[in-house]
Amino acid sequence: MATITLDNVHKKFGDTEVIHGVSIEIAEGEFIVIVGPSGCGKSTLLRMVAGLETVTAGEVRIAGARVNETEPMDRDIAMVFQNYALYPHMSVFDNMAYGLKIARVPQPEIRDRVAAAAEMLQLEAFLNRKPRELSGGQRQRVAMGRAIVRKPKAFLFDEPLSNLDAKLRVQMRLEIKDLQKELGITSLYVTHDQVEAMTLADRMIVMNEGVAEQVGRPLDVYSNPGTEFVAGFIGSPATNFLSAEAVGESGRGAAKLGIRPEHARLCKPESGFVRGRMTYAEALGAETLLHLRLPDGALFTLRQDGGGSIPHEGDDCGIIWEERNQLLFLPDGGRL
Amino acid sequence: MDKRVTFRGWLLPAALVLPQLAVTAVFFFYPAGQAVWQSLFIPDPFGLKSQFVGTGNFEFLLNDPFYRASFVTTAVFSSLVTLVSMGVALWLAVLADRLIKSSGTYRTLLIWPYAVAPAVAGVLWLFMFSTRVGLVAWYLGLLGYEWNHVLNGEEAMALVVIASSWGRISYNFLFFLAGLQAIPRSVIEAAAIDGARFWKRFWTIVFPLLSPTTFFLLVVNVVYAFFETFGVIHTITSGGPQQATTILVYKVYADGFVGQDQGSSAAQSVILLVVVGLLTIIQFKYIERKVHY
Amino acid sequence: MSGMVEKRGLSYWMIHAGMILGVLLIFFPIWLAFVASTVSQADIVKPPMPLWPGDQFFENYRRALFSGVNAPVAVMLLNSAVMAIGIAVGKIIISLLSAFAIVYFRFPCRQLVFWLIFLTLMLPVEVRIVPTYEVVARFGMLNSYSGLIFPLIASATATFLFRQFFMTIPDELAEAARVDGSRPMRFFVDILLPMSRTNIAALFVILFIYGWNQYLWPLLITTDPQMNTIVMGIKQMFPSGDDFADWPVIMATSLLAMIPPVFVVILMQKLFVRGLMESEK
Repeated sequence: MATITLDNVHKKFGDTEVIHGVSIEIAEGEFIVIVGPSGCGKSTLLRMVAGLETVTAGEVRIAGARVNETEPMDRDIAMVFQNYALYPHMSVFDNMAYGLKIARVPQPEIRDRVAAAAEMLQLEAFLNRKPRELSGGQRQRVAMGRAIVRKPKAFLFDEPLSNLDAKLRVQMRLEIKDLQKELGITSLYVTHDQVEAMTLADRMIVMNEGVAEQVGRPLDVYSNPGTEFVAGFIGSPATNFLSAEAVGESGRGAAKLGIRPEHARLCKPESGFVRGRMTYAEALGAETLLHLRLPDGALFTLRQDGGGSIPHEGDDCGIIWEERNQLLFLPDGGRL
Repeated sequence: MDKRVTFRGWLLPAALVLPQLAVTAVFFFYPAGQAVWQSLFIPDPFGLKSQFVGTGNFEFLLNDPFYRASFVTTAVFSSLVTLVSMGVALWLAVLADRLIKSSGTYRTLLIWPYAVAPAVAGVLWLFMFSTRVGLVAWYLGLLGYEWNHVLNGEEAMALVVIASSWGRISYNFLFFLAGLQAIPRSVIEAAAIDGARFWKRFWTIVFPLLSPTTFFLLVVNVVYAFFETFGVIHTITSGGPQQATTILVYKVYADGFVGQDQGSSAAQSVILLVVVGLLTIIQFKYIERKVHY
Repeated sequence: MSGMVEKRGLSYWMIHAGMILGVLLIFFPIWLAFVASTVSQADIVKPPMPLWPGDQFFENYRRALFSGVNAPVAVMLLNSAVMAIGIAVGKIIISLLSAFAIVYFRFPCRQLVFWLIFLTLMLPVEVRIVPTYEVVARFGMLNSYSGLIFPLIASATATFLFRQFFMTIPDELAEAARVDGSRPMRFFVDILLPMSRTNIAALFVILFIYGWNQYLWPLLITTDPQMNTIVMGIKQMFPSGDDFADWPVIMATSLLAMIPPVFVVILMQKLFVRGLMESEK
């Protein structure tokens, strides 16, 4: 267990800078999720913490000690990879024990630690199998097990669930959360899936184009997005954006107005802030998503309870919301 | 294409490439450089000193009727070997491909002549066609045909072509069969439903789809015929009669070791080097194309 | 020959007949050689020779193996085995090491080393034969195993193959090993080597045959019959004058010369086919 500190970290590949200075203090035992679209630099950031990429400028500290020049093996971290990176020719046991063997941990202790991890992950029955004889979920567990047996200062996860099917992903998500709570090890978790980010994180870092746009607790980030990008990226269905002018909100220099689908309601056409023509509805049972075509051609998504009445296709509707729920953004994407 | 992850340091990798670099430098680059160097000189008859002649050796070679004849011989020889070995192999592969269940058995039966050294193949065929004891030569004699590859240049050529093609058939068969089996059945079945008969299907569908394999084998077989058939020639004809089967590689050997004409032999090596270089480029172009698919 | 769909009937048996004919034609020279190795010289010098094996099998092979013509064939077999295994093992080792260095390190002149090695890719020893001979002679390596082996491992085919294979190994595996605390050589031994097992075996088959079947090179550098390899030794058994060649012994030797590589091919057919396909890619 340890703190991790990123202090104005930069990364350049050749002449292109891909990380433009990221800073965060991660407390002991905290679960931090780095979320962002592909190519935003989130994996690069994680790999710099792991020591798999060099740090161009700034400092990475683990437990207060600068590790910029330290080899991965000497940073005392464990990593779970997207494709699991299990050694194909080794049994599950050997996969988990490999790091310990290299560290010259005595045989009996290796056996105990692997056994303990296997029990925690329900892998006891598979210890003698090769990775290719396991299902995706089981491989994922072995990869976790390999991280756990090391008893590292920190766990690093690089999109560990993205190769699993949807159902398994939900299950493994819960298991990871449980494990992390139980072990209390500081964790850094990279994903492009905002649901994973929302559910797993103590705090999350929303990244875009090499910049940490916002750092905060998931619900804070959701309800109070710092930038237009964050408002659009976090939340599903995504926040609706309207031009501030169209709804008469351009007064204080705002360029765009964002409104989340669950914050808008339908009303009579003449009394709404904007009008929309009903295009189609997705009734999901507990809730219904209504998609309306605005006069400028954009789509507006509105979420209402499953019981509510659904307008007919082609009906003209008004859309209204409470002013405290609207999010105003400046032309540069910042929050007003 | 590079690995994303690498280990640090340069001492270890330097030590790792050292054995290969050393062997390559001593037994490849140095001799190749020597060949180029020697090709510019003519040693005096006593081998005491040599005289710089620039491109003299090359000019001499290109004007030498024997060398030009050897070029023609090589062209004829390698075309024939390529044609015979690929033709027979394709024929057998097309047949075997239609026998889905037993194609594996036939593959086993046909694969192993690849392992027979060209020189040994030469001895086997020499034995069959030997003018004094050869069984085939004897039966040809019964039919009224006087076989004598020792005197007849065309018969000598025919014999070395057959002996060189023989072992090569397995190799080509293997690749053709793999190529044929890689063609999706559905494509052929679609053509069958369209009413195309077997040979129509073969020439319009199968053969075009097989063309990458064919092209690849073409290059590889030419290289084989150029360089690896030395053993066949040496055991059967020793380049004779009257140099009728002296291919370029054989001439390098004959002039360099038997004739002791170092400058000329070196110049021939350099010319062969260029030929191989060209073939390599062709092959690499092919590989690149395959990668881009 | 009409449909792909119909598989029995006349055309089916015609195809089998065609294949069997092909197989027999391919086999015929070997059969004849085998027959010749079991009859006496007298049976051969009066053509036509018999088409069925005689009773001289043991006598001919005994003569070949233990006395031969210039040197006992048993000695030549040993020489061939040493040469073939030496070439296969030597080339695999140096190629594995250099491919590892080229793929997994960034060192100065890496590109240069890469190109130096790959220039040698297709240039057979036959082309640089005279100067190579001189080098080997200067090192005093004529009539020696090292002289037989080293010049033939100076090419990059295997390096190229291993490089291609290493490139297909996911980066994450090396990263995981690094995180697990594995230093480069440990990664090489623990992860890379075991994963390359099949490739190594396939390459061994190909290189063994390549080495065993060498002709020109041993012909040049082994003037001592005790150092002859079997493939080149056969030719040395032919008399230079007008004498009849000792065909039964020569044919017995030819068969002995092809048994090891043929055996390897048939025994390891899968590996061999794979090695062949990969090495020519």
